[in-house]
Amino acid sequence: MPKAAVKPKKVRMRKPAGEGVIEEAPITVSVNGKSYTLSVEPRLLLVELLREQLDLTGTHVGCDTTYCGACTVLMDGKAVKSCTLLAVQADGAKIMTVEGLAKNSELHPIQKAFGECYGLQCGYCTPGLMMSTYQLLSSNPDPDEAQIRKAIAGNTCRCTGYQNIFKAIQAAAQKAKGV
Amino acid sequence: MLSQLGEEAKLLAGGQSLIPLMKLRFANPKHLVDLNFIPGISYIKEDKSALRFGALTRHSDIENSTTAAKIPIIHDCAAGIADVQIRNRGTIGGSLAEADPSGDWAVVLSTLDTSLRCIGRKGERAIPLQKFITDAYTTVLAKDEIVSEVLVKIPPTGSGGAYLAFKRAAPVYPTASAAVQLVMAEGVCKEAAIALGCVGLTTIRPREAEAALSGKAMDEKAIGAAAEAARVAADPQPDMRGSAEYKRTLVAALVKRAIAAAVSRARGERVEVSHLYA
Repeated sequence: MPKAAVKPKKVRMRKPAGEGVIEEAPITVSVNGKSYTLSVEPRLLLVELLREQLDLTGTHVGCDTTYCGACTVLMDGKAVKSCTLLAVQADGAKIMTVEGLAKNSELHPIQKAFGECYGLQCGYCTPGLMMSTYQLLSSNPDPDEAQIRKAIAGNTCRCTGYQNIFKAIQAAAQKAKGV
Repeated sequence: MLSQLGEEAKLLAGGQSLIPLMKLRFANPKHLVDLNFIPGISYIKEDKSALRFGALTRHSDIENSTTAAKIPIIHDCAAGIADVQIRNRGTIGGSLAEADPSGDWAVVLSTLDTSLRCIGRKGERAIPLQKFITDAYTTVLAKDEIVSEVLVKIPPTGSGGAYLAFKRAAPVYPTASAAVQLVMAEGVCKEAAIALGCVGLTTIRPREAEAALSGKAMDEKAIGAAAEAARVAADPQPDMRGSAEYKRTLVAALVKRAIAAAVSRARGERVEVSHLYA
């Protein structure tokens, strides 16, 4: 078995101090370019860390069952559902949330396109959709129709406003020319 | 570490099945051992006769791999699992070790010559896939044993396969699925492997459906007989996704379509296969 290069601070084998007492684990995580060193309960979800400890409430909790994609963030450049990752799993990772899209008060082309194409109704699913769009355009700057539909299959819009979302992503691809 | 933590420890691979199960309190392990920090267990390699997948290889890595695409049914499977986000996290080894009755990999890989390399305190062993999963959520893995690699033999020349699932939406498990892998020679089927997913506690191999194709020309009669045998072999539970009869009918239709795609691919044609959505 290959020797595990487990980070020394990662796993502590001591028994829990007692029922109901949960030992916290130290993690270092980069969120939108800013590095945080934190102590978290091992059961804390990444989305809870982002929303409740770092006050980044742009990432939403929709279904909390790995279905709807409202909680989508990028972890090391890949779209993931942050309700289905433990915060301790993000140790050493680079996370990007919807708050990381705009730079110097200038909206990202994806955000502009969603606004201009009215790619949202209630807006609840929008942050997740924009992050899925970000992953799509970063690997495929000129996606065709089928590729766009496949890329957002994991994001549910309960208002069912998919046509405008679809147009927004096409417009974002035009504007962004890759992200 | 597993032998130290004992019965109440669970391994965490991609976590796309286990974490939802924990939220529902269907799983409540005292300890989770995260495998994601172990280096060198995510890879796709090709040697003379087989493809080798590191246990923690993500579905999306397999989806985007030209090496993996040499066995088209493997690409069908990887590209069709759930959605982008889940494919970015979920792993081939985790899917097999979790043995969820609705998992895709066990269905697809059972139509190929697949074995799992497992490592435990007692050493290393190779377990053929058909002996690995014994029941829903149950494998022969010992408590202190992990899957390290999934090894799939490259099918002989003249082979073709396809995997099709019927789903209500991308992130949910299929209502039913069918995998077909054929070895063809001059329009006649030499060998057929068919597997059905989500219509039993584990993958169902409808042997009579396979027999209906073996040695036959792939005409409407043979394909119809195979689909009918698959319909009979399916053992689905009625649930919110449909009645048992509905799922049986679905299985027959999926088997027909998968056979057609497998036959085209065996002829060397490039055929895109995509899951069907309700």
